[in-house]
Amino acid sequence: MSGHSTYEPKTGFERWMDMRLPVIRLAYDSVVAFPTPKNLNYWWTFGGILALMLGVQIVTGIVLVMHYVPHVDHAFASVERIMRDVNYGWLIRYMHANGASMFFVAVYIHILRNLYYGSYKAPREVLWIIGCLIYLVMMATAFMGYVLPWGQMSFHGAVVITNLLGALPIVGESITTWLWGGFAVDNPTLNRFFSLHYLLPFVLAGLVGLHIWALHVPGNNNPLGVNVKSSEDTVPFHPYYTVKDGFAISIFLILFASFVFYNPNILGHADNYIPANPLVTPAHIVPEWYFLPFYAILRAIPDKLGGVLAMFGAIGVLFVLPWLDTSKVRSMRYRPTARLYFLIFVLACIVLGLCGAKLPDDPVIPGVGGGFQLLDANINSYVWLSRVATAYYFAYFLLVLPILGLTEKPLPVPESISAPVLSHPATTPAGAVASPEKRG
Amino acid sequence: MLRKGIALAALGLAFLAGPALSATHPKEPRDVSWGFEGPFGKFDQAQLQRGYKVYREVCSACHSMDLVYFRTLAEKGGPFYDPKYPNPNDNPYVKALAADVQVNDIDSETGDVIQRPATTADRFPAPFPNEAAARASNGGAYPPDLSVITKARSGGPAYIYSLLTGYVNPPAGLTVPAGAYYNPYFPGDLTAYWSGDAHHVPPGGTLAMPPQLAPDKVTFDDGTKSTIDQQAKDVTAFLTWAAEPKMIERKQFGFGAMIYLLLFSVLLWFSYRRIWRNVAH
Amino acid sequence: MADTVVGENPDPHASGASSSEGDPNRRDFIHIAAGAAAVGAVAALAWPMIDQMNPSGDTLALASIEFDLSKVAEGQQVVVKWRGKPLFIRNRTPQQIAAAIKDDGAPMPDPQPDEARHKPGKPEWLVLVGTCTHLGCVPTFGGGDYGGWFCPCHGSHYDVSGRIRKGPAPKNLEVPTWDFVSDTKIKIG
Repeated sequence: MSGHSTYEPKTGFERWMDMRLPVIRLAYDSVVAFPTPKNLNYWWTFGGILALMLGVQIVTGIVLVMHYVPHVDHAFASVERIMRDVNYGWLIRYMHANGASMFFVAVYIHILRNLYYGSYKAPREVLWIIGCLIYLVMMATAFMGYVLPWGQMSFHGAVVITNLLGALPIVGESITTWLWGGFAVDNPTLNRFFSLHYLLPFVLAGLVGLHIWALHVPGNNNPLGVNVKSSEDTVPFHPYYTVKDGFAISIFLILFASFVFYNPNILGHADNYIPANPLVTPAHIVPEWYFLPFYAILRAIPDKLGGVLAMFGAIGVLFVLPWLDTSKVRSMRYRPTARLYFLIFVLACIVLGLCGAKLPDDPVIPGVGGGFQLLDANINSYVWLSRVATAYYFAYFLLVLPILGLTEKPLPVPESISAPVLSHPATTPAGAVASPEKRG
Repeated sequence: MLRKGIALAALGLAFLAGPALSATHPKEPRDVSWGFEGPFGKFDQAQLQRGYKVYREVCSACHSMDLVYFRTLAEKGGPFYDPKYPNPNDNPYVKALAADVQVNDIDSETGDVIQRPATTADRFPAPFPNEAAARASNGGAYPPDLSVITKARSGGPAYIYSLLTGYVNPPAGLTVPAGAYYNPYFPGDLTAYWSGDAHHVPPGGTLAMPPQLAPDKVTFDDGTKSTIDQQAKDVTAFLTWAAEPKMIERKQFGFGAMIYLLLFSVLLWFSYRRIWRNVAH
Repeated sequence: MADTVVGENPDPHASGASSSEGDPNRRDFIHIAAGAAAVGAVAALAWPMIDQMNPSGDTLALASIEFDLSKVAEGQQVVVKWRGKPLFIRNRTPQQIAAAIKDDGAPMPDPQPDEARHKPGKPEWLVLVGTCTHLGCVPTFGGGDYGGWFCPCHGSHYDVSGRIRKGPAPKNLEVPTWDFVSDTKIKIG
């Protein structure tokens, strides 16, 4: 809860600085003294993890740019030069490439946390919208970054995605030509993607600043979804959550390190180690894993413009979520029916991701001969599975959440954050920690 | 409830995860256990040396390795690394190996294109001056550059090894066009060339490269029996090294990093518990 | 390890409650250890970020070059590129060597005997970095009042030993690390 600052400058330098530019006060108020609900669980550590990953990507990225050459004739070789000749170049490159994947792992968990606990609901709507903008900018940055090594997948992925704009009526073709800087994806495209890929992370940093500011006005949500009632309910951010976030970060880094050091190419595609060739299309164009669900949605709709609209609509629907969900209860801990639908939503997203990696006409259950033809494809095909999952994705936001909020019977919500802890352990809601001794 | 759901999702993932299939698919690469695999893998320097010889004597006639320099051979972990010469450019054996190979250069006095012996600072020379020349000499097919080939093919080293050793006579009923060679490990769709049972199209495809390895084609200096299998294993190991000379260094660094991170996590865990000891939450 | 929940809940906000065991800000060993490990991790990661700016493998490969002296006729000089800079390899005539030695004691801004600027027993071979020590221009061969080199930018005169004799340059032309690897081949760097 943003309130009166409790910072008291101790040293002479602090007093001097505080009178001129109160940055130390700002830092103290934001990350030291900031009253944070004391019942946050580990799903709340992903914000800190995301901030770390943004830092990692920016630092490794700036260092990579010292060696990368943004020209179609030299890009691929310059990346290999980084891998072979630049001191620790292999480490920096693998950190950056796998760091992007880790960034998306964290952001998806962070988004799902917000969906489950209702962190997008009033008064945090603007916070949520800024988060959606951050997600959009992340996707644009990642897409352009993947083009830079100029491998087969870089090139042909860029061709596919930029061609989508051609679906827009009337202006589509001119916009595509404008984006390409030519008649096809070529050197001008690479250069401008490089420029924007360097720019957008700093836009991200600015958005993150706004995001944290917007968070600090109402303060953090918490697993119970109830507002903070008094200072009984909170602890100062430092050291309680700095250290807890630190622990979560170190576990996350173990996962990150296991990719970087032991399987750095598994999340990528072998075809991207083939230098780009405009005349040869890879057998199977796939985006990076974090785009697969949207790729599945795109291909689920048989019409090109329809597919584009559905794909962007899938992100767009997130922006208006605070107004779609009619429930008066924030946290799904107390919404057992909503929880079920949420679980299916998560499954639908995973299914969409898997579908995005497959060829649309491939059978879902292989070897099963029959299956009838429904419209343009066999019912036993990934495109139909994508359609079912896409339908659920949109239905969840546009039908389930609006209707459920009005019709469901939620569980009784605790009075306050401290209440369940102080009352008898047997009545504590499922999941809330009754006794710290029992924790892991 | 959420936990159960996540477990279910993971199970679903395991079920559905698998490579995308085209109408037919190649044979799965043969499973070989490589010395360089695993978190503690290492390259066998003798094998890398044999592999280099196979590349130099067999493959380099058609395949370039543009991203590899002669000095790379002398780097730590490489085939000809000598601890006496930490600077790879000083390694006399590699200097001699380089000098055996001719590279293009410009005569600084006349400006003409000349050939001179390579030095450690030179890249492996390409057999053809450009792609068009390469295609013209190979019936329209372009022999790919081998610098990162084991990373550029799904299946990696296992695929390269299987491909090299996997050539077989095409089964009866398969029409292989002239200038192409059947290999069950090469990706492709042979439905159009198959006159037999449509449900049993032979796996694999045809490629423009004929079988290259033959018994004793390359004499190994260390006396190792030069079978096709041995040559294939050795050149695959060499190509894997060439694709990522820093692989072993990466794994070794990783070991230290993981230990450090584990210890770090333990410290942070206890620090966290200490801080939160008296707060009911 | 933790207290029970009812009643015994020291207010974590209470300042000055340093007698409480629960004060999380106490400099416990575990916190110091964790903090030190964090600093160590940052340092371990910072080093690669810094080291990557050091010369890379391909730059170091050209850090030393070999040169075949049979290309240089007597009285002539060849200029090669070394570490991004011009390198003068000069084959001096006996008269030039004698003139250089004769001037060993002459007043000059950076006194140095000719002997110190070539390999013992091979006074005809001079290997010098071809960058004027004033502001970095490339001196021209044979010009100037001393028959060595002349820098056209600001008029520095170098003698046949590469020593600055007249003009604004403060030091003699630099002699890089070089040596014979055979009778006719030298390695520089």
